[in-house]
Amino acid sequence: MSDQLSAWQLILYGDPTLFAIVRLSLAVSLFAVVLAALIGMPLGALLALTRFHGRSVLIVLLNALMGLPPVVAGLAVYLLLSRSGPLGALGILFTPAAMVVAQTILIIPIVAAPTRQTIEDLWGEYRDELSAMGVGPGGRMMTLLWDARFSLLTAVLAGFGRAAAEVGAVMIVGGNIAGFTRTMTTTIALETSKGDLPLALGLGLILVTIVIAINAAVWGTRIWAERRVG
Amino acid sequence: MRFGVWSIALIGLLGVTLAGAAATAEDRSIVVASTTSTQDSGLFGYLLPLFRAKTGIDVKVIAQGTGQALDTARRGDADVVFVHAKSQEERFLAEGFGVKRFDVMYNDFVLIGPNSDPAGIRGKDIETALRAIQAKAAPFVSRGDRSGTHAAELALWKLAGIELESAKGPWYREIGQGMGAALNTAGAMDAYVLSDRGTWISFRNRADLAIVVEGDKRLFNQYGVMLVNPEKHPQVKKDLGQAFVDWLISPEGQAAIAGYKIDGQQLFFPDAEKKGS
Amino acid sequence: MMRAPLSDLPLVIDQVSLEAGAARLLDRVSLTIAPGPPTLIIGPNGAGKTSLLRLCMGLVSPSAGRVTWGGRADHAPERRAMVFQRPVMLRRSAAANVGYALAQAGVPRRLRAACGAELLERVGLADLAGRPARRLSGGEQQRLALARALARKPEILLLDEPTASLDPAASRSIEEIILMAAQSGIKIVMASHDLGQVRRLAGDVIFMLRGTVHERGTASDFLETPSTPEAAAFLRGDLVI
Repeated sequence: MSDQLSAWQLILYGDPTLFAIVRLSLAVSLFAVVLAALIGMPLGALLALTRFHGRSVLIVLLNALMGLPPVVAGLAVYLLLSRSGPLGALGILFTPAAMVVAQTILIIPIVAAPTRQTIEDLWGEYRDELSAMGVGPGGRMMTLLWDARFSLLTAVLAGFGRAAAEVGAVMIVGGNIAGFTRTMTTTIALETSKGDLPLALGLGLILVTIVIAINAAVWGTRIWAERRVG
Repeated sequence: MRFGVWSIALIGLLGVTLAGAAATAEDRSIVVASTTSTQDSGLFGYLLPLFRAKTGIDVKVIAQGTGQALDTARRGDADVVFVHAKSQEERFLAEGFGVKRFDVMYNDFVLIGPNSDPAGIRGKDIETALRAIQAKAAPFVSRGDRSGTHAAELALWKLAGIELESAKGPWYREIGQGMGAALNTAGAMDAYVLSDRGTWISFRNRADLAIVVEGDKRLFNQYGVMLVNPEKHPQVKKDLGQAFVDWLISPEGQAAIAGYKIDGQQLFFPDAEKKGS
Repeated sequence: MMRAPLSDLPLVIDQVSLEAGAARLLDRVSLTIAPGPPTLIIGPNGAGKTSLLRLCMGLVSPSAGRVTWGGRADHAPERRAMVFQRPVMLRRSAAANVGYALAQAGVPRRLRAACGAELLERVGLADLAGRPARRLSGGEQQRLALARALARKPEILLLDEPTASLDPAASRSIEEIILMAAQSGIKIVMASHDLGQVRRLAGDVIFMLRGTVHERGTASDFLETPSTPEAAAFLRGDLVI
């Protein structure tokens, strides 16, 4: 990345390195949030709708894991994926795939815990009607998840925000390799440690702007969809 | 339902992007565990494209402190290590994790401090300087991260006859981070800090800092490179890794190292032996 | 889903009690519900009307006693449906709500559109098929709930004070639909607070008090000449404790 130019000039001149970094950041976090939603939402719904021994413990744990420090998640995934670790044979350490894995683990509780609460509340409201219509356990889960989709979207956005913002996990499992696993956040950390604070700050503002734009787009979509289906 | 199709397409696109990023680099690439000083000074940004142009091999650099880099290699997560703490490197070799150690280049350490020089050490030799810092309890930032620079710093305290464990006080601040972070912190605290010259020259947030002690023979900083032992970790890419090692110590690689300059100043000085050591 | 060779009726409730914690919602209730004109359930609040209906719908299980459908023990009825006082609309269009009910009732996909349209027509919501169900008025939502219930082609339709929150015009359209359903052979069992409604719709009346069936009789008999003093008091409009 050109040393002398500020972050905004890089955008204007279409610096390819910067675009590659932005693209990687978005790809990793979006992929992770989609995976986390696919896993976390059914998990949360299941927890909301079933009763078993230790359910309360699991709920408390899930809520607590929303605060899992990214660097801890990164460390755990690193040890798993290291060549000396159990999953070393996969050979995905220091690749974007490992970054997706780490961020997915980070986001799952952030999606699952609010899902659990939302679905539990909704079930209280829908219980009689769905039972009267003869809906079985599987159908119950799908119907509630679909009906709660706008509320759950907020949980998904929270998960995406966390993923896009974190640096601890992707730094450890990705290695911040130039041109390969370097994301916006790790670049900001790097430029800070090289002493180029204006560039780091500029990149930070770019990151925040992108995240705001994504949130705005999702909000707009939600408004449009709500208008259509109430 | 069209929304569903769109989202699947999006997911597919993302997946392909990520897979592609993984796949293309997989073929002819190696992982080199190196130090923050070689990264933060910009040396790799300069060298690696030259190496790639010559051999088509992609070098993926993980920049950590020397201690951490060697540990990464011990775990088999790197193919080559390129660090600057000879005693730690020799221990690594003795444990059987490295194949052979080669000198590659050197530069020197410099003692950085605030322009106001509260300990009054400008121009002195390093021993005197450190003793003065400790005596006056002037703020001092230490890397504290088992890096090559940290190891050198500890060795210099010992040389100055100071038993750090007992002499440590609030003036001695261990931050456990890389060279750039240490310089940032020293600038913000108006503290002294030991740095390698390469990182200092390329560092841009100097605040009120300047070089206060340099040129002392004991501030010599040697870099070495080793191929990780494939007998310990069979998946190490030994041919590609050896190619990198060979290039670094070849006349061509050595000339490239000498050719890296910032503002006309050379940062690293090649010193590989003409034959392998 | 037109084949139902065996009937779910008569519904026989035998000495059924229903407890929730310390409260006894139903106390040794015995009654039989057979095909015929609508049965209306009346009584003061807390008498057990809702509990009885929920029991019939299978939303709760008896703490004691037995419920037998169609004369067969251990037979879970399929062709029953229920409409609640405040219906819950799914977050989708009116037509999709009915489609959902049809799907749950086992109607094959290719028939759902036609059945759904016919049901919406029957309840007078054909024009609002595409409207998000949550944005319908109270009366329209209740009609949609009826459509969903009728989608199950029920033999017995249970309703828990369906017009309690509706204005007279909306109430009238609900009552019309209920009458049409009754005339098509569906057994109506409905809790009501409105004695006028009882007069309009009832074939027979069940008067509940404190979790028991206090009196039962044909509409004309019960309303003109109730046998028990409590029933008489209730019909007069007194508060019956």
